Amino acid sequence: MRRQWTSTAGIVITALLSLFLVVPVLLSVYAGLAVNYARGPSAGFTLDWVGQVWGLYADTVWRSLVVALLTLVVTLLIGVPGAYALVRKGGRFARAAEEIVTLPVAVPGLALALALILSYGGAGAFRQSTLFVVVGHVLFTLPFMLRAVIAVLETIDWRTLDEGAASLGAPAWRRFIDVILPNVRPGIVAGALTVVTLSIGEFNLTWMMHTPMTKTLPVGLADAYASMRLEIASAYTIVFLVMVIPLLIGVQLVADFTQNRTAS
Amino acid sequence: MNTHASMVTTRSGASIATRRLSKSFNGTTVLHPTDLEIPAGQILVLLGPSGCGKTTLLRLIAGLEQPDGPDMIRFDGEDVSGVPIEKRNVGMVFQSYALFPNMTVAENVGYGLKVRKVERAQREAETRRLLALVGLEEYADRRISAVSGGQRQRTALARALAIKPRVLLLDEPLAALDAVLRERLRVEIGLLLREFGITAVYVTHDQAEAMAIGDRIAVMEKGRIAQIGVPKEIYHRPANDFVADFVGTMNRIAGRVENGLLNIHGGETMARLNVGGPDRATTLCFRPEAARLASANGAISARVAATTFFGATQRLVAEVSSECRLQLDLPSNLSVTPGQILAFEIDPAAIIEFQTEA
Repeated sequence: MRRQWTSTAGIVITALLSLFLVVPVLLSVYAGLAVNYARGPSAGFTLDWVGQVWGLYADTVWRSLVVALLTLVVTLLIGVPGAYALVRKGGRFARAAEEIVTLPVAVPGLALALALILSYGGAGAFRQSTLFVVVGHVLFTLPFMLRAVIAVLETIDWRTLDEGAASLGAPAWRRFIDVILPNVRPGIVAGALTVVTLSIGEFNLTWMMHTPMTKTLPVGLADAYASMRLEIASAYTIVFLVMVIPLLIGVQLVADFTQNRTAS
Repeated sequence: MNTHASMVTTRSGASIATRRLSKSFNGTTVLHPTDLEIPAGQILVLLGPSGCGKTTLLRLIAGLEQPDGPDMIRFDGEDVSGVPIEKRNVGMVFQSYALFPNMTVAENVGYGLKVRKVERAQREAETRRLLALVGLEEYADRRISAVSGGQRQRTALARALAIKPRVLLLDEPLAALDAVLRERLRVEIGLLLREFGITAVYVTHDQAEAMAIGDRIAVMEKGRIAQIGVPKEIYHRPANDFVADFVGTMNRIAGRVENGLLNIHGGETMARLNVGGPDRATTLCFRPEAARLASANGAISARVAATTFFGATQRLVAEVSSECRLQLDLPSNLSVTPGQILAFEIDPAAIIEFQTEA
């Protein structure tokens, strides 16, 4: 009886909270499709705004995808071997290294961007290229890749696996590729998911670092909010959602698939 | 290819020799300088309690630990001290199996051959042969998580043997299994190792396993080899108190030898035992099975405290005095009840006497 009461209350509270979070999203979508938001639904619906956004900002969408992909590649190349190296090394040094790498998450993105501009602002071509933004994103997302891989490494007996492969004659690089990598795959997938979503949504750091030629999607969104009518900015949100949601679902499916494979 | 073909012909593996082999971690000596000779094809068991250095000695031979000095380990006379494990060509079976969860049973067994760039067809044939040898053909395509503990252990053994190692090293390979399976696999592994005729070092803390598998046993204590010998020697002629207690059950009777007869301290009746030798204070040791019933004359009398039925025999706990409790194995058809006074004697050939410290 009592238990039923609490579980009903739980469902109600959860529903209300979900509604609280979902309503703004739905309203944005509605605003982006309405002919005139102020006049309400009676004015009718249109895809014109979405079309206009695509015409004005399509390049930011592609740039965001490219930045996210490059960021992912770099964090994979540095983060996965780095995580293994840190776990192998262990002790105080490894912990200190992990803390230092995590710092950019705690430091405000603006401060991080400022530091990068101060250091490399003079290098013209690099400063003006998309790569400059990628560097910022790597600094910000790397700890998430490291943490995800380290977490999985700590649950598997990597030392024995490594020794087992060594006893069979495999050199160090081969043991890493054949035995360590496949067994930390869940961590790599989880880390990749976090890195890609963080990179696509990142505004703070990117806003400070971008040039007119290196605008990403969230920076363009801020632009639209600041300088266009509400319906265009909202249509931009729709573009963002249409892009990000399938991506997230896709990565999640890949994660589930690899999980099932290792479990069976 | 060629190297592999030549490996097939060497069936008995390499001899192992250690010379003053020692190891310390952060100033703590785990293994004191140890000399060891293992002839090619012999199975040596390292037996001892945890922390005695047996696993360290095995890992040193494997190349998983670096010895304290140069030229301390030789295979067939060749110094391998500086050779890393991946180049030492040793087969290793770990207590936790160390099987690769991302590979099937067959892929695990074939991995060492793959690393050695053995052609696919030959690799698969060799894998099948080894799986058949350990009775796992049907499980070849199963994932490691889908086979039982005993099957994992066999997979690990097949994987280690697949590379035709110079020596096979086994670190408590049965410790993670339940008692029934352990007993069965113990026999199987012993037979398999002899069939392969490979030089093997086998670490265990289980004396029954050591007796069943070892050509020779090295009993280790506190980083040193306390005694090395064939199982019968270790059991019947233990070198010291530690070995005597670690391997099997050992009874002790303290007393004084006068005119070749032992007078037992504190005996209710002054029991006498013919042992010979000069007059001395001593402790005599004997195994439970060395006792037999005797007529009261010239025997030791003891009060039966408890009996345990073992099938063919029964084990008696018998008190000679308040300080001297003995365990005696007698035929189980003998009717004995607790409280009864029993007269028994000891097979003189089975009596062991250690040097008593003054």
